Amino acid sequence: MTSAAASWAPTAPLAARRLRATVYAEIRAFFAEREVLEVETPILSRAGNTDPAIESFVTQDAGGPWFLRTSPEFPMKRLLVADGIAVYELGRVFRRGEAGRWHNPEFTMLEWYRPGFDDAALLDETIALAHRVAAGPGMMVPSVTRLSCDELFEGALGLADGCDASTATLNDALRSRGWYDETLDRRNAFDLLLAFAVRERSAPDELLSLHGFPPELAALARIEGGRARRFEVYAGGQELANGYDELTDAGELAARFAAENERRRRARQRQLPRDEHLLAAQAVGLPASAGVALGVDRLLAWIGGSRSLADVINFPGGRA
Amino acid sequence: MASYNTNEFRSGLRLLLDGDPYVIVENEFVKPGKGQAFNRVRVRNLKTNRVIEKTFKSGESVEAADVFEQEMQYLYNDGEFWHFMVQDTFEQHAADATAVGDAAQWLKEEDVCTMRLWNGNPLSIDPPNFVELTITDTDPGVRGDTSGGGTKPATLETGAVVKVPLFVDQGEVIRVDTRTGEYVSRVKE
Repeated sequence: MTSAAASWAPTAPLAARRLRATVYAEIRAFFAEREVLEVETPILSRAGNTDPAIESFVTQDAGGPWFLRTSPEFPMKRLLVADGIAVYELGRVFRRGEAGRWHNPEFTMLEWYRPGFDDAALLDETIALAHRVAAGPGMMVPSVTRLSCDELFEGALGLADGCDASTATLNDALRSRGWYDETLDRRNAFDLLLAFAVRERSAPDELLSLHGFPPELAALARIEGGRARRFEVYAGGQELANGYDELTDAGELAARFAAENERRRRARQRQLPRDEHLLAAQAVGLPASAGVALGVDRLLAWIGGSRSLADVINFPGGRA
Repeated sequence: MASYNTNEFRSGLRLLLDGDPYVIVENEFVKPGKGQAFNRVRVRNLKTNRVIEKTFKSGESVEAADVFEQEMQYLYNDGEFWHFMVQDTFEQHAADATAVGDAAQWLKEEDVCTMRLWNGNPLSIDPPNFVELTITDTDPGVRGDTSGGGTKPATLETGAVVKVPLFVDQGEVIRVDTRTGEYVSRVKE
């Protein structure tokens, strides 16, 4: 890393800019071969992302607030309803309050949707993409471990049926390992324990995928057999991608938006206008499909063996 | 009481945790994505030097440890305490063996050290990076052999034992790097 002391200078070296250009070309070639269409959707939206775990940047004009997108998910789903074909977008997204070694308030997201795929098929494709771009700069094809959340908890923590564990059991597991002393609600206890378990289980050059999440962590994934049909991919212990077998039911979607805003209200977070365009489109009919979002900067850091996003983002955080 | 919000966390910051002073060695923002964000920090206990890991909810405030560093001249050891003085105020501090620790072997009267104080009490001592000490005991020197690569142990006036080149003699003054405990050079009187 060049790491010039001068604050005008990029934190990432030229090699990282070259790697980014190469990987973008590989990504576009990968999707062209598979006939997935590149699309563009708005960065500014009148509607917000109601997910309480994600905070939007907000700007303003005479017509009211504009929200900077936290992902291109909603307009991309409207394109799925309009055209019914596979699409991808490679673009910048924004999340307030996320800054650190592996977070930057603005980052590059690759998101794609596959009508007719289920979560398992899309996980295969996500791993194929990671292998394709990682193999380019002469890396070994990384091994992949596929686990359900229950299997991860069992293997890494010796905790059976982790998805169905009580709040007390999850908090006890955190406390007994010295990972967290205070008491968290079930959702956060599960989430934090999962993050630690992933770290226990992860090797630097390995891909790890998780599936079968507790239903309260479904976000916009379908729930089936008591588990959310979502998956996550980790590279060297860092979350890389997050995919859903998409919820298609418009009524259920409206209910989840409302539930998220209710959780926001209880946590004294801002209420966000739900996306009426998406609700209208889903009422027409979202095709059965799976979608995934992948953090491109983390992918580059992993391929390049970097220790921080500052090694791949030219002007992170305070230099932007 | 002063406190720090997790978004102010960075290495070097001093925190009070479970009643002990700690310094942040590494701070990592952790946000699994489905819920609450956390700061996972590696912290070193300033009393024991033990490094532990702690996780805080992002946005939480953590009490600051009132730790500061001050240059002081080492005066003398009375058998139980090591006595130091702030040179411009003549204010004196007595540090016990726990606070002085390994620094004891490098302390020569009148040398200027850095004392770390917590709530006004001595926490630890950093000796000067380089000290000049007299050799009180070593095997006889090999005259003229200034190029040989061999070394021998030498005991210094403070009790420290360092490896010195074969040509160095008892009674000579040598310069030692206290961070590595290594001989640097002879000092011409």
